[in-house]
Amino acid sequence: MKAWGSKLRRIRALVWKETHQVVRDPSSIAIGVVLPLILILLFGYGLSLDVRNVPIALVIEQPSAEAMELVAGFQLSPYFQPRVLRSMPAAQQQLLEHSVDGIVRIPADYSRHLGAGDAQLQLIVHGGDANRARIIQGYVGGAVGAWSARQQAQGRAIASAPVKLQTRLWFNEADDSSYFLVPGLVVLVMTLIGGLLTAMVMAREWERGTLEALLVTPVRSDEILLGKTLPYFLLALVGFALCVLSARYLFHVPLRGALWVLLGASMLYVLVALGIGLLISAWVKNQLVASQLTMLVTFMPAFMLSGFLFDLRSTPLVVQLISYALPARYYVALLQTVFLAGDVWSVIVPNTLALAGMAAALALGSRVAMRKTLE
Amino acid sequence: MNAAAPALIAQQLCKQFRRKDEAAVQALAGISLEARHGELTALVGPDGAGKTTLMRLAAGLLRADDGSLTVLGVDVGSDPQQVQDRIGYMPQRFGLYEDLTVAENLELYADLRGVSAAERAKRYPALMEMTALGPFRTRLAGQLSGGMKQKLGLACTLVRSPELLLLDEPTVGVDPLSRRELWEIVRGLVADQGLTVLLSTAYLDEAERCSRVILLHQGKVLSQSAPPEVAGLASGRCFVATPSAQQSARALQARLLDQADIIDAVPDGGRVRFVRGTGAAAAGAIDDVLRGLAVEAVAPRFEDGFMMLLRAHANREPLQAVLVTRPIAGRPDDAVVQVQQLLKKFGAFTAVDRISFEVRRGEIFALLGPNGAGKTTTFRMLCGLLTPSAGQLRVAGADVRSAPASARSRLGYVAQKFALYGPLSVIENLEFFASAYGLRGQRRRERIAWATQQFELADQLRAMSAQLPGGYKQRLAMAAALLHEPEILFLDEPTSGADPLARRAFWRRISALADQGVTIIVTTHFMQEAEYCDRVAIMDSGQVLSQGSPAEVRQRASTLARPEPSMEDAFIAVVEQARSRANASGTAPPVAA
Amino acid sequence: MLDSLLRIVALTRKELLAVLKDRRSRLSLLIPPVVQALIFGYAATYDLNHVSYALLDQDHSAASRQLLAALDGSGVFQRVADLQRPGDIASYIDTRRALLVLQINQNFERQLLAGTGADVQLIADGRNSNTAGTAMGYVSSIVEQFNSTWGGEHGWSAAPVKVVDRAWYNPNLETRWFMIPGLIGTLTLIQTMMLTAMSVAREREQGTFDQLLVTPFRPFEIMAGKALPSMLVGTVQASGVLLVAQLWFRIPFAGSYLTLYSGLLLFLLAAVGIGLLLSAVAATMQQAMLYSMLLIMPFSLLSGLTTPLSSMPGWLQYLTAINPLRYAIDVTRRVYLEGTGLYLLISDLWPLALLAALTLWGASWMFSHRMQ
Repeated sequence: MKAWGSKLRRIRALVWKETHQVVRDPSSIAIGVVLPLILILLFGYGLSLDVRNVPIALVIEQPSAEAMELVAGFQLSPYFQPRVLRSMPAAQQQLLEHSVDGIVRIPADYSRHLGAGDAQLQLIVHGGDANRARIIQGYVGGAVGAWSARQQAQGRAIASAPVKLQTRLWFNEADDSSYFLVPGLVVLVMTLIGGLLTAMVMAREWERGTLEALLVTPVRSDEILLGKTLPYFLLALVGFALCVLSARYLFHVPLRGALWVLLGASMLYVLVALGIGLLISAWVKNQLVASQLTMLVTFMPAFMLSGFLFDLRSTPLVVQLISYALPARYYVALLQTVFLAGDVWSVIVPNTLALAGMAAALALGSRVAMRKTLE
Repeated sequence: MNAAAPALIAQQLCKQFRRKDEAAVQALAGISLEARHGELTALVGPDGAGKTTLMRLAAGLLRADDGSLTVLGVDVGSDPQQVQDRIGYMPQRFGLYEDLTVAENLELYADLRGVSAAERAKRYPALMEMTALGPFRTRLAGQLSGGMKQKLGLACTLVRSPELLLLDEPTVGVDPLSRRELWEIVRGLVADQGLTVLLSTAYLDEAERCSRVILLHQGKVLSQSAPPEVAGLASGRCFVATPSAQQSARALQARLLDQADIIDAVPDGGRVRFVRGTGAAAAGAIDDVLRGLAVEAVAPRFEDGFMMLLRAHANREPLQAVLVTRPIAGRPDDAVVQVQQLLKKFGAFTAVDRISFEVRRGEIFALLGPNGAGKTTTFRMLCGLLTPSAGQLRVAGADVRSAPASARSRLGYVAQKFALYGPLSVIENLEFFASAYGLRGQRRRERIAWATQQFELADQLRAMSAQLPGGYKQRLAMAAALLHEPEILFLDEPTSGADPLARRAFWRRISALADQGVTIIVTTHFMQEAEYCDRVAIMDSGQVLSQGSPAEVRQRASTLARPEPSMEDAFIAVVEQARSRANASGTAPPVAA
Repeated sequence: MLDSLLRIVALTRKELLAVLKDRRSRLSLLIPPVVQALIFGYAATYDLNHVSYALLDQDHSAASRQLLAALDGSGVFQRVADLQRPGDIASYIDTRRALLVLQINQNFERQLLAGTGADVQLIADGRNSNTAGTAMGYVSSIVEQFNSTWGGEHGWSAAPVKVVDRAWYNPNLETRWFMIPGLIGTLTLIQTMMLTAMSVAREREQGTFDQLLVTPFRPFEIMAGKALPSMLVGTVQASGVLLVAQLWFRIPFAGSYLTLYSGLLLFLLAAVGIGLLLSAVAATMQQAMLYSMLLIMPFSLLSGLTTPLSSMPGWLQYLTAINPLRYAIDVTRRVYLEGTGLYLLISDLWPLALLAALTLWGASWMFSHRMQ
């Protein structure tokens, strides 16, 4: 019992020391607080895949009432900022200069063909950003469809399509991109605090020689590990709270699942990130290398290979296999589900188990790596 | 526990280090030694002798390859934790948490060592009084001076009386004042509390004050005995010679060192102390050098015996003098460096307070002073690395700040800790500095060949600089700074952490350079080294407290109680006097930044 | 002049030696950009080639089979389940077993034959709304094709206006084509900037910077000697990514290498200038690294690499004016995909040149004034 008492005292002393350091060291503040805040702001206001106000050239080769009606349709749409031009070469030049993203050409014989019911519009989009191009194609189709609907409403006989597709986007009815960016934000912030910060502070102990003195005391290696883990674990939870609050009140993303499920999953993920950070720093013992390595193995994959931005199912098998080894993948699945879909246990349980397994393996790994020697 | 059993026993202890794609280094080659309870045992030896390795093995931070090591009756290899629970260990670079205050650092170690509140109440005041850190309890450890950091480190290892205290070079880079204070603390602990201490040191005068000294050399034990026994090895061989009126002590020392059968010669209080070897063959040559001079036999010191031991085991490397290929122009008495009313302020803090001095051509000039006295700031202004706030500063006839870059090619600079490019090899470093000084073609080849030969760099030209031993690094740094044959050489603590052999070789080269007209300005913490200099200036709180030849400075500090002070005594007296005057006049005590 | 040049060469050589001599650091400079280009080239795509969907066909008619054949024949859609009841839909979406559920009502064929037109319901998992949107777009174009085929066969009058669309520069609308040229700048920025910022900070920390300053080196020579090696490393890294794009992903290179490399040169100058500026501010390597990271993150998020600049709020778009990566990505994409010539890139090049000039000037000012 006495042994346990002194063990607890030692852990408490280490935690206290670490907390003092975090508060006083500007670099910990930078990574643990400033960077997450920058990320929250950037994600909230900077990143958006929503396409609005697309500059588009409308080329009217021969003005007519019918053509002007169509132009009015484009002008009404919130998606477009149309510019009316008279010739194709001028429009092509603008496309080349990137001052417009697409060209809608209304041919000279448009009104004649419209009477015959076989009018054609030509759409040229800039395919560079394929995603955007596809969205613009859809919008142009929509603008034309809206025009036909208005024609129908005015009682003109216009044929309707045989099959009409009615689409519904579940969990994100308003198609708001912050709904899927916010879970990604949480992953990045947790990774930053859990992985990068921990790797750096641990490597710093090796670098500054503070560990050598610490090792030759009654401190056990598991106590050193706990002393390192606890403060950053708590700091990560603060970051988590910040993210959830901004998600709720700044970006108005719903939380449809239970908060405790979200919290539990996040705690597991932080443990995994902490484990990676500790393992890397115990291995390289150098702040510079540790931080670069951590960026490479945790942060970049959390951004690119976790499935929050890009769909993993469409990547080659090798990339999918790699993503299975990355904790971010499981955490993103959990976040997206708990935030937007609710407590779907068949998603939550396997992903949580995967994270728990990783956390256990990493705890064991850092326990082995953190031997009390300098060799 | 059996008090009679030694606190530390090593038997046939071996330790090898392997680096990638390099031959293994045998750090300890089967050593057997012991440190007794209640005694102060010193570990001395040149660089790379294995001192730190032994300390780390004893602290359970490394595992031995072979042999046994028992600390406090426990086999360290099988139960390092038990040893770590009971000993105190202060590594060479004590890892203080710089973001924590003095008090917080202490609290941390007290918590980790399980010191109860009652014990703390008794222990802290004692530690604070002992280390004089009381007024700085709330200061961040990162803002303490080097000496104060070492004292805090010691206090942290002493929060709970350890059964054995391991100190790895506790006084490296610490100024003489702090060194004396630290040393008094340690001696007090041994004398009053019967603490067992094993410490390693590069200062032989420190070793002399221990009850036993273990001399390590290349991973082997050369001797293990009480200091007087070591000194006794040199008995009957130690003499002091007084140079003639025209001759400097340094010149006489140099001449003596050139003789084959001189074990050691050092300038000492204006005279030269030397140790003669056993060989009779060369005796005539030595007598020639000493003809007409007053020579008296003196009692041997520990250092003399130490040199005897080392010389017997180390290959006798002749202490080489450096030959300058191009004579330095100008008359020998020209003032090469002129400093008048030099002032440097950092915000409200005055680092250098209107100092003035002059250095003449071919002189060796030393700036001495405690940590934070303003030496380094002065030095950096002399080299043009800092702009003075006021005052005049001329180096080699030009104002370093406004002079074109080419004027800088007349000075050479060896920074603290030998700033070399670690990942580059020796030859690549030389080539880079040759280019930096605009050496080309034939001359560049000649100068690099000269440096390689004069500084004995040939055997490791392709080795990575970062992995060179300390003495080699120092030679390379000197070589790089001399490639362009500067008129003035600046050396900032060039011998800090160097072993006695390397220091002698260093000063032999420096003396030779000065004799050939190179002006040398140096800072050092080794007060004996001031004896090599023509003139010294003692600084504290940004002011020059005393300057003149070493003899003059010593003379001024002599008192009735101590009519013939050593340089170190003189230094401490001068600084303490100035500080007590400042305190008396009500100014705040000088605080090292 | 010659002396000055020789000193710059000597410093450049020294820097390169220090970085490239050690095999590990050599590899750490060259391998990550190429590996990242490969992985991100595969992973960073908004295109879908594997969309799992569940079907609730309550009609089981020839017409519904014809529609489904079009869907299944596309190669993109994989049917994972045939549902029996509408109540099953939720479980498939919730558990992520299906991204889409297609529901065809009971009298689908009857309504079609009756000429009234029939509705088909498509439900998508909006947890990643971007993926879902793309998938729905795929379905709707298949439905459109079905409409024109069916309409033609069954005497429906065609839609009055037909949109004939074409995408220039990327005819198949592959995101990879868009993403990988953007990586050329992104992947080089990180290490170029860090390498520069660190190299000065390292010298400062190890004391060699003082050693440099007492040699005849002038501040601008030191800067040049620090900038050149990083730019060389950056050029090699960029070329590595370029090779991956061309040889591995087979993305046709439409422009001129001269144009591309001139743009990259300006970009690297600006990146190195920022690195030098950071190193002038940072006292230690740790600070240098932190500052670089604090910059790199917004730089890469606000560069237009993954999300378009035009979707950002106006004030933020103005802020991106100081982001060199934004211009570099635009230049590399346009030169690579469109073969844009120099004169059309002026709007990207002059800000880069200005950034480079400002940062380099600022860094040199800091260097000569910080030594007081």
